[in-house]
Amino acid sequence: MARYVPEGLKQEGADAPAASEGPRGPALGVRGWLRWGWRQLTSMRVALMLLLLLAVVALPGSFFPQRPQNPEAVAQYLQTNPDLGPFLDRIGMFDVYGSPWFSAVYLLLFISLIGCIVPRTFAHAQAMRTGPSRVPRNFSRFPVRARLRTSAPLSAAVTAAESVLGRGYKRQTTDRDGVVEISAERGYGRETGNLVFHLALVGLLVVTAWGQLVQYRGQAVVVEGDSAVNSAVDYDSFTSGAWFDSGSQEPFRIRLEEFTSRFTDAARPDEFIADVTLTRGDGEVSTARIEPNSPLSVGSARVYLTGNGYAPVITVTDASGEVAFSGPVLFLPQDTAYTSTGVILVPDANRGEPQLGFSGQLYPTALRAEDGTVLGSTFPLPQDPVLILNLWTGDLGLDDGAPQNLFTLDIAGLEQAMDVTADGSEFPLELELAPGDTVELPDGQGAVTFSELRRFAALDVRWDPSVPWMGVFAALAFLGLAASLFMPRRRIWLRIEEGASGTVVHAAALARGDDPGLQRELDRVTGAFGKRRTTAEAKNDE
Amino acid sequence: MSEISTALVLGAVVVYLIAMVSFAVDISGLGRRAPQRPVRKAANIGMALSWLGVGLHAAGLVLRGLAAGRVPWANMYEFSLTFALVAVLGFLLIQRSRDIRYLGVFVTFLAVAVLYVAFWHLFVEADGVQPILDSYWLIIHVSVAAASTGVFSIAAGASILQLVQHRQSRHVPAAQQPVRVGAAGGAGDAAVESDAVAEPAPPSSFVGRVMAQLPGAESLERFAYRLNAVAFVGWTLTVVAGAIWAEAAWGRPWGWDPKETWSLVIWLIYAAYLHVRATVGWSINRFAWFALIGFVALLANFYIVNVFIPGNHSYSGL
Ligand code: HEM
Repeated sequence: MARYVPEGLKQEGADAPAASEGPRGPALGVRGWLRWGWRQLTSMRVALMLLLLLAVVALPGSFFPQRPQNPEAVAQYLQTNPDLGPFLDRIGMFDVYGSPWFSAVYLLLFISLIGCIVPRTFAHAQAMRTGPSRVPRNFSRFPVRARLRTSAPLSAAVTAAESVLGRGYKRQTTDRDGVVEISAERGYGRETGNLVFHLALVGLLVVTAWGQLVQYRGQAVVVEGDSAVNSAVDYDSFTSGAWFDSGSQEPFRIRLEEFTSRFTDAARPDEFIADVTLTRGDGEVSTARIEPNSPLSVGSARVYLTGNGYAPVITVTDASGEVAFSGPVLFLPQDTAYTSTGVILVPDANRGEPQLGFSGQLYPTALRAEDGTVLGSTFPLPQDPVLILNLWTGDLGLDDGAPQNLFTLDIAGLEQAMDVTADGSEFPLELELAPGDTVELPDGQGAVTFSELRRFAALDVRWDPSVPWMGVFAALAFLGLAASLFMPRRRIWLRIEEGASGTVVHAAALARGDDPGLQRELDRVTGAFGKRRTTAEAKNDE
Repeated sequence: MSEISTALVLGAVVVYLIAMVSFAVDISGLGRRAPQRPVRKAANIGMALSWLGVGLHAAGLVLRGLAAGRVPWANMYEFSLTFALVAVLGFLLIQRSRDIRYLGVFVTFLAVAVLYVAFWHLFVEADGVQPILDSYWLIIHVSVAAASTGVFSIAAGASILQLVQHRQSRHVPAAQQPVRVGAAGGAGDAAVESDAVAEPAPPSSFVGRVMAQLPGAESLERFAYRLNAVAFVGWTLTVVAGAIWAEAAWGRPWGWDPKETWSLVIWLIYAAYLHVRATVGWSINRFAWFALIGFVALLANFYIVNVFIPGNHSYSGL
């Protein structure tokens, strides 16, 4: 499709060269092969195959968990499928969109697209400059045509024709021995739209790639009253592109003042609001609200609210009566009623001999059995919050530097504190606390206090300068596509000559692609020659 | 209000079902009687019932929205209602300018099937939406998706008929192809169909006689193309609007969520379809096959991906 012939007939506008100029025996040298390969790559057929291939190779990513999006699910999958998993991993099934084969397909597609569209762009620019081509000698091969007679003199007919064609048509009028031929064409925007559409896709790809290289993204979990600072070291997790420059990181601090949520009676979330105070690099302080669907913009960075939960404020005193731990502890919601789990690590208790660890369950609105034991949570808001803690003693294993899960206790090296029922059987000790409660630990090991229940918000800070550009190119692609599909591209040819009894007009019309309005358009043009004394040649005159 | 909505939708299902039977009677009548029949009574009944059904259907949808206090396309049940409504309404509106009653059986069948599945498998009580869905992009992104799906559906009907027509016309010598009753839009039709003036011998098989009354394969193909082109532009808007919404809601315009991936795949298939159509020398049957593959992917995206593959879209609820 390197050659574009602006002719509506498909036979003429197509990728004939690619098909007909295949390799011809051994005479073809390296350059010949290269040229042949290029022709193939930029042919419509190959473009089509690559489009379908891209569709096919994109699909596995929707069936297998993807590492960039969901690394836990991939780990889980590898664990449950020890045989197949590693093989799938090797062939890139857990990172389809970063795999070499996926990249190969879309890069080839875009090379093909560029190879196809750039020559077309030049050809189109030329066609716009030179205007419509000559009037064909024979109209009979065009299905939409007409022949009519008018009593007006030739010159009047030509003027009428030119005025009815109007400004919409580019036209060329030639007068040869008293035979006037008018070649007119309109709707260049169809091809322009097509080119804009395809080029905008290239633009979209380029800005996306650029965005990937320079962007950064940080995640911070902030408890009410605490702050997050926009700097790589301050985040819980931080990722950035290969060309990331820390100079592009806007300095600011966000303090979470209050987190509010509302739920319907059926515990369906209705509203999440993070009220924050923003301090910018220049010292300017302002307040703002972050909600789902309405991130906070700070310069060109955006701050999203991506999660929330409870953070009970806990104080632990050890056997010697010293405060060994004090502060809010993040509890991760496990269900829609915000039953949450968390751990409290107290490595400094008793100078480490032994250390204390708690694993806990938080029930915002406790549901109790007859005997008062807590069964679960019935509502996400803290109407009757209860914290249940299990106590573990021993070595928390924090010194070896292995990463710790924030929400589950690694029980290796720990011993669970037990309780004994009246009949002598042992069961894990459970400490039950409501806000304001203090409970003694057994055997004089100290005490734990649950002083208040705060909320936390998970904030995502993201900076990707390509996003506005993506919008621009997507909009261009959309407009180009609409023009390309719906703008009629029409050519109208008129041959006007002196006849036996007046002036005879032959007319034919041709559209590029599908054009239901073509006949009507020709009728409109021929209507300019006075009352309808036309023989509608379009039907059956052969 | 929610109950009235439900009753209206059920009523629409019943009415569509009767309309479908009427259209079927009409079509089989085409096979029995002589080619040029002046009045198609059963078809007219089908049309009237379809209008009635659409009225009930639309009223049900509006009440549903009022009951939930938002636009009525926030979950699979409502999305089904919306796109089925677009399909039937689109059919009825197109029918005003060209005779496509031959698609009546297909369209009403589709509506009945979609509403049936919606009702018995996807129903949820009318309710508000989660904060993450509470955005004006819900109005744009999902409504355009539903409308495009509806239009793609009508086109799929035409593509299926086109393939049947093609098989059929192979049994009839070209010179014998009779005049069609369906309106033949488009400039090219004149040339394509002008050679069919002589009174033909009616085809011998039943299906052959029915199909002989319908527009030719070329005409059906062009009709399907026009709808697909419109729906493709709509689908493009769906994907773009989805990306804009995702940027606001999830902090990235594109994240290869299963639903995003499938929407792109559908888009690529229909883009391939448009390229096939621009490629020279291929039979129009291929166009129809491509469009139908796209349509199957569209249905799979809705009925399979939503339900069985977990992703960010899953929380829209059934
Ligand atoms: C990302 C890849 C591509 C996509 C998504 C895409 C999409 C589209 C779409 C939607 C159309 C329909 C618009 C119309 O019919 O005017 C179209 C038309 C067209 N495409 Fe592409 N395209 C891609 C790549 C290519 C490539 C690689 C070529 C060259 C071989 C190409 C050549 C064309 C041509 C010539 C048309 C106009 C067809 C006509 O005359 O109707 N496209 N493309």
